Amino acid sequence: MASGSQKRLAKEYADCTKTPPTGMSIHLANESDLHKWHVTLEGPAGSVYAGGRFGLIITLPTDYPFKAPDVRFATRIYHPNVTNDNQGGICLGLLKSGNWKPSTRLLSVLEAIRGLLAEPQPDDPLEARIAHEYQNDRKEFEKNARSYVNHYAKGPVKFDVAPPNVNASGSSKDGAAPSR
Amino acid sequence: MDSDDDFMSAVSSEDDVLPDDSENEDMSDAEDFDFDDEPDPDLGMSKDFGVKKKVPFDINFKVFHPSDIQKQQDDLINEVNMILDISKEEAAILLRHFRWNKERLLEDSMDKQRQVFEAAGLAQTSAGPPRLETIPGFVCDICCEEGEGLQSFAIKCGHRYCVDCYRHYLSQKIRGEGEAARIQCPADGCNLIIDSRSLDLLVMPELTGRYHELLNRTYVEDKDTLKWCPAPDCQNAIECGVKKKELDKVVPTVACDCGHRFCFGCILNDHQPAPCELVKKWLKKCADDSETANWISANTKECPKCNSTIEKNGGCNHMTCRKCKHEFCWMCMGLWSEHGTSWYSCNRFEEKSGTEARDAQARSRVSLERYLHYYNRYANHEQSARLDKNIYQKTETKMVQLQKESGMSWIEVQYLNSASQALQTCRQTLMWTYAFAFYLARNNLTEIFEDNQKDLEMAVEALSGMFEKNVTELSDPKLKVEIMDKTAYCNKRRIILLEDTAANLAEGRWTFNVELTSGAAASSSHRR
Ligand SMILES: [Zn+2]
Ligand SMILES: [Zn+2]
Ligand SMILES: [Zn+2]
Ligand SMILES: [Zn+2]
Ligand SMILES: [Zn+2]
Ligand SMILES: [Zn+2]
Repeated sequence: MASGSQKRLAKEYADCTKTPPTGMSIHLANESDLHKWHVTLEGPAGSVYAGGRFGLIITLPTDYPFKAPDVRFATRIYHPNVTNDNQGGICLGLLKSGNWKPSTRLLSVLEAIRGLLAEPQPDDPLEARIAHEYQNDRKEFEKNARSYVNHYAKGPVKFDVAPPNVNASGSSKDGAAPSR
Repeated sequence: MDSDDDFMSAVSSEDDVLPDDSENEDMSDAEDFDFDDEPDPDLGMSKDFGVKKKVPFDINFKVFHPSDIQKQQDDLINEVNMILDISKEEAAILLRHFRWNKERLLEDSMDKQRQVFEAAGLAQTSAGPPRLETIPGFVCDICCEEGEGLQSFAIKCGHRYCVDCYRHYLSQKIRGEGEAARIQCPADGCNLIIDSRSLDLLVMPELTGRYHELLNRTYVEDKDTLKWCPAPDCQNAIECGVKKKELDKVVPTVACDCGHRFCFGCILNDHQPAPCELVKKWLKKCADDSETANWISANTKECPKCNSTIEKNGGCNHMTCRKCKHEFCWMCMGLWSEHGTSWYSCNRFEEKSGTEARDAQARSRVSLERYLHYYNRYANHEQSARLDKNIYQKTETKMVQLQKESGMSWIEVQYLNSASQALQTCRQTLMWTYAFAFYLARNNLTEIFEDNQKDLEMAVEALSGMFEKNVTELSDPKLKVEIMDKTAYCNKRRIILLEDTAANLAEGRWTFNVELTSGAAASSSHRR
């Protein structure tokens, strides 16, 4: 199965780099390891995140595609469905273990995340306070989100966030975990 | 005071409240209980106590063995299979979707079969049963493998994957996620459920076993009236109609055929007479306050007279200091001589008069003292029940010796077994009476409750004392009669106490100093 997984990964990576999804560029964190991707995502035009550049770190478990990938923001973002900390955890239905399907492609995952920036899902929030603000005080939410964009999401994207505490592949030690 | 009269008549009729053969094990009354009927709103509660011979804390329930659980499912599956003209595997998927509510399933399927099938994850086509195939030019969309002899599989939706991927997917679901009843097709966006026949075709036997176990599990878990017996290694399930919202009116104790007695409401060990919500609050309080209270439950104490350390080694609370022969009560450290008389006040906390409770500090000390009073007794009975159990194990050897010494047969020494069981059940009840009493606000009924509690406690201590006698003493036939009488008396006092508390609970006549309805757990903003 490991070889099968390798073949699938190689194909997905090739597809994603040949015709990358709108507003994204995709690289491997380390040329020899298909299990860790670095994605740079442009804030969708027309959204509060427009003009910002966001880093996404995708970690693919050894059992991928039977287990869901771990996706998190490397860039701080003010969003109801993303943890407001240096972990950058994302709440996305299709990544939850009960919902994940092995035939789902990372391409659709990335598109779903882009969709989440264009349209947050306040009904299933990770940050209840931000979700509440999004629903009840849109002006304030937009102000805060823009100030985060200006503060964190301008200039070159850095991928040196704290390593995810799940699915730690062990092989790739960036050695760049910031102090908390 | 209108309720007082019939209450009094219920408790004061000392000896003839119950027929003599009313053993506490005999709690179930399965014959007159038919589960195929539309569930009665308060099915589990015997509202007509007094009319029937039934005791008010008796709850209707039924024990199901694994074969019964299987048969119930099979019967329903066969019925739906015949009526709707679909395969048994499909009938099972539909039934699970409807949480085994056959009537609703049939009604809905008649009206709008298409939508129902789609929602349940059933294919509309009547294609033949799925099988493994080798198709030229096939590429597996999961692993991206292709090749001449690559075997593949698809359920009725036609989403085809190689057999290796299919197997890996299924084992990940079954073993990794514990899923069985709702495993969908691996295709992105396809909600068709994989039927049990396909599964049996694909996976290894050891996984099929786990799969069917999980299916049985969901059957019990899907039905509100069914719960697994929590005893380790027990495979039985209990059916009981008591609803969650009735738990402030009844303490639904059920007894599994394996011997385990537990509460159907909260799955904890039998905690009559305390309602589930009080038990929850009490256990939380004990856990929170465990550091303050720990010293009390310790196994050693100092003699109140000579201060030498005394270790408690039996269930009996009547302590005699080895050194100075001082006799005292383990629970209250008071003179034992005061305990056999009307002076006995070990069970009730004497509220101190207002003078001491004037300032806040004193008040908090009084409230701690009050808690410790009840906790002390609660913990003591819990510990004693455990010690009684150990003693019984030792007594088994004693029973063998006793047979030799007295010439009694194995059957004839079984009275020790009955005594041991009575001690444990009664201590279990006593233990919870103290948690119950802790939350009880005083009214005209509490005194009767405390009297019942005291009577049971005294009987239990007396029996416990006899039970600990050595073999030579036990071979006295007079003691045997005394033990048997005391055992019966303990059981009777326990039933009287439970009857009283249950009747008043059902009628809402108790007042508690806490809310009895459980506050619905605040739903967290995010589930993972
Ligand atoms: Zn495959
Ligand atoms: Zn499908
Ligand atoms: Zn059992
Ligand atoms: Zn309970
Ligand atoms: Zn002493
Ligand atoms: Zn005492």
